[in-house]
Amino acid sequence: MILEPRFTDDVSDLPTHKFGPSSLTWWGVLGYMVIEGAAFALAFAAYFFLMGHEQGWPPEGRAAPDMLAGTIFTIVILLSEYPNTLAKRAARAGDVAAIRILLPVMVAIGAVLLVIRGFEFNSLNCRWTDDAYSSIIWALLLLHTGHILTDWLDTVVLAGLMFTPVAYEGRRQVDVDENSMYWRYVWLLWIPIYAMIYWVPRL
Amino acid sequence: MTDVRADSFDAMPAEERERIRVEEENRRLAQERKKIARDGPKLRGAKLEARLEATWRRPPGIIGWLATVDHKEIGRRYIITALLFLALGGVLALAMRLQLARPDSALIGAERYNQIFTMHGSTMMFLFAVPVMEGVGVYIIPLMLGTRSTAFPRLNAFSYFMYLFGGLLLWVAFVLNIGPDVGWFAYTPLSGPQFSPGKRADIWAQMITFTEVSALAAAVVLVCTILKARAPGMTLARMPLFAWAMLVQAVMIIFAMPAIALCSSMLISDRLIGTNFYNAAEHGDALLWQHLFWFFGHPEVYIIFIPATGFVSMITETFCRRPVFAHAVVVLALISTGILAFGLWVHHMFATGLPRVGYSFYTAASMSVSIPTGLQIFCWLATMWDGRPRFQVPMLYVVGFIITFVIGGLTGVMVAAVPLDLQLHDTYFVVAHFHYVLIGGAVFPLLGVLTYWYPKITGRMMSETLGKITFWLTFIGFHMTFFPMHWSGLLGMPRRVYTYPAGLGLEVPNLISSIGAFVLATAVLLFVLNGLFSLYRGAIATPNPWGASTLEWATSSPPPVYNFAHIPVVESDTPLWDVEGELPVVTGLRVDEKETLLTTVVAATPDVREPIPAASLWPFISAIAVGIVFIASIFSPWALAVGVIPCAIALTAWFWPKELKRHPEPVIS
Repeated sequence: MILEPRFTDDVSDLPTHKFGPSSLTWWGVLGYMVIEGAAFALAFAAYFFLMGHEQGWPPEGRAAPDMLAGTIFTIVILLSEYPNTLAKRAARAGDVAAIRILLPVMVAIGAVLLVIRGFEFNSLNCRWTDDAYSSIIWALLLLHTGHILTDWLDTVVLAGLMFTPVAYEGRRQVDVDENSMYWRYVWLLWIPIYAMIYWVPRL
Repeated sequence: MTDVRADSFDAMPAEERERIRVEEENRRLAQERKKIARDGPKLRGAKLEARLEATWRRPPGIIGWLATVDHKEIGRRYIITALLFLALGGVLALAMRLQLARPDSALIGAERYNQIFTMHGSTMMFLFAVPVMEGVGVYIIPLMLGTRSTAFPRLNAFSYFMYLFGGLLLWVAFVLNIGPDVGWFAYTPLSGPQFSPGKRADIWAQMITFTEVSALAAAVVLVCTILKARAPGMTLARMPLFAWAMLVQAVMIIFAMPAIALCSSMLISDRLIGTNFYNAAEHGDALLWQHLFWFFGHPEVYIIFIPATGFVSMITETFCRRPVFAHAVVVLALISTGILAFGLWVHHMFATGLPRVGYSFYTAASMSVSIPTGLQIFCWLATMWDGRPRFQVPMLYVVGFIITFVIGGLTGVMVAAVPLDLQLHDTYFVVAHFHYVLIGGAVFPLLGVLTYWYPKITGRMMSETLGKITFWLTFIGFHMTFFPMHWSGLLGMPRRVYTYPAGLGLEVPNLISSIGAFVLATAVLLFVLNGLFSLYRGAIATPNPWGASTLEWATSSPPPVYNFAHIPVVESDTPLWDVEGELPVVTGLRVDEKETLLTTVVAATPDVREPIPAASLWPFISAIAVGIVFIASIFSPWALAVGVIPCAIALTAWFWPKELKRHPEPVIS
């Protein structure tokens, strides 16, 4: 028999959105961040594993990647945290007008970064087919480009949504908040990759 | 008067007008919010159930079938699909046993045999074992936690379709004679471009991509469900052991699967665009493959085994009529097994040559993982000792599990020792060992738990008599098949070789194994027949036919589409044993839109009301788009670049609200 209910508490006054760990999507984003982090960590391990086999790094006869494009990229992505933080704060404050300015700014920054990334590929001084060193360098840069690209597409869609009446729904502001959280992860992961592609071969 | 107001409104700056409009909209929505129907003392019983049914029911027909986000439908599909793959993998096993029944057999040639053992291993690991565990989890976990849906139900649907497409890719390729033939672990350089031209190895690697995307999605779904959607009062300390097992398993998937995603992508790029990760001639290393593969591959066996320990705990508790002895120890054992599992991968590589300290470390680590598992076994034995066991079919499988798994565990401790491992590496002794731990450790509990939850899923009981016959045939058939393999392995018979010469003493153990395989296959067939027959003829199941303690038994068998009319409240470790005639519930969730309750992660106090997405075709369409890209990328790297576009469109449509207007309370249309 199905048991008869004994009514204890009423939850109809609970909110339908909250920021941070109360949000279900916050946990979903965290889950995917861990997945990507594990993939990156293993790619780093593969990099050092292959490096351990070599006498020199880069292997003899090969030049380390040129610094310029990668360094500009690094500066821009670090500076992007400022509008990113503003967007996150605007989301938490429910300030739709500010979000409508800041998300397009983030879209523009992402586009600029993707263009610089094209120059980075051009300044690696190797092709992925050359040897294991070249393969892993290309792999790291490609993985991170995938990271940028997915977050950029996500930001584009979200920015589009922000110009509809739905922007005033609290849950959409939670989306903006979590999109900003993810962007932090994208640039944080870039720092070790930048070091591995550009600085470790110069040590 | 109104004109004046309208004039001044038009004269205001745009932002001011927008602000006033939004404020008015907010007031209107607040008014509408008061009219929303919610469950409670005034809306209960048949009236409530009819309205919830209308809200939660999926659209009819084939469209609705493809669009459903009901975790019960998806879980059922997962289980049935996985069992079909079990049958296919089992048929391949029978083919191998027929070939090996006699020495110098010419039934199957070497080349075909390579394909068959590759398909058998890949099917069993990627298309049966992991998906079936996730399928059971997806079906049962929301019911056990007292909620109405998994987290991210559309992602859940997507994960099923990805799994299905990956399985179809592998098997259609096999039927077209382009199935893989490089072993289920596809070692480089054998699987690399030099030694495996053609598309066989690519098919294997892309099947991996499908199943890993699917498993990762299901893992995120399960972690979020378990952490955020538990019934109020079900603190982490009170959480049933099966939920703990699925939590640990899902977290393990999240950490392990990226390893195979990475190494199989590197394999594909070595084969397709000429990278050199595994190419020794250009300073790559074939052992990089083994490290990355086993960093996934070893946790993989615990990913399969840990949910099974959850099954064992649930069955033991119910059929011994007392809570599992030392609940906290079992939880800690699960967690420590999950952590230790990531420190053992190198024991698959003892024969590759390692630094001496590596040998010692990984031997010690491999032996130490038997400690938490041993603790769990002692806890189950203590539960039986102290309880009043009823030896019905699910409990018989638990007993069969303990006997078989302990034997497999002991041979595991043996091969953890390097000198013995070097002797037995790649022999049938290892084949015996891992079938003892995988079939004994995972399939026995699975058969038990399918019998146990069958009434919940179908509303009918499986035949007890037929079930007992099936159990004994399974048990005898299993040991008859795999015990002699210890013997043939000690005699030096290597794995993955299509035949053996007469006169080495291998005839008898192989013949016994082959006969046993057919006994085991008969048992599996009986299990399936029992399942089919009982669908129509089984006794009607009550909501709680076994007298169990967990919440999935608080709702009807089979459960309604919305799971629970009111969200239950948990006040003890074994809720259904401790309530006295009435089930405590919370009220106040919406009735005319899909909604469930989120609680806090540790204490499980009510936190947020969460809208649940409506049925949608977009997860299916997204899976097709992603699937086409994956398969096309076997043939051209440009498929990835071009394929981003349809995938982005499908995923955007998945998330984009169908109506760009505000509702009094959020809905996901």
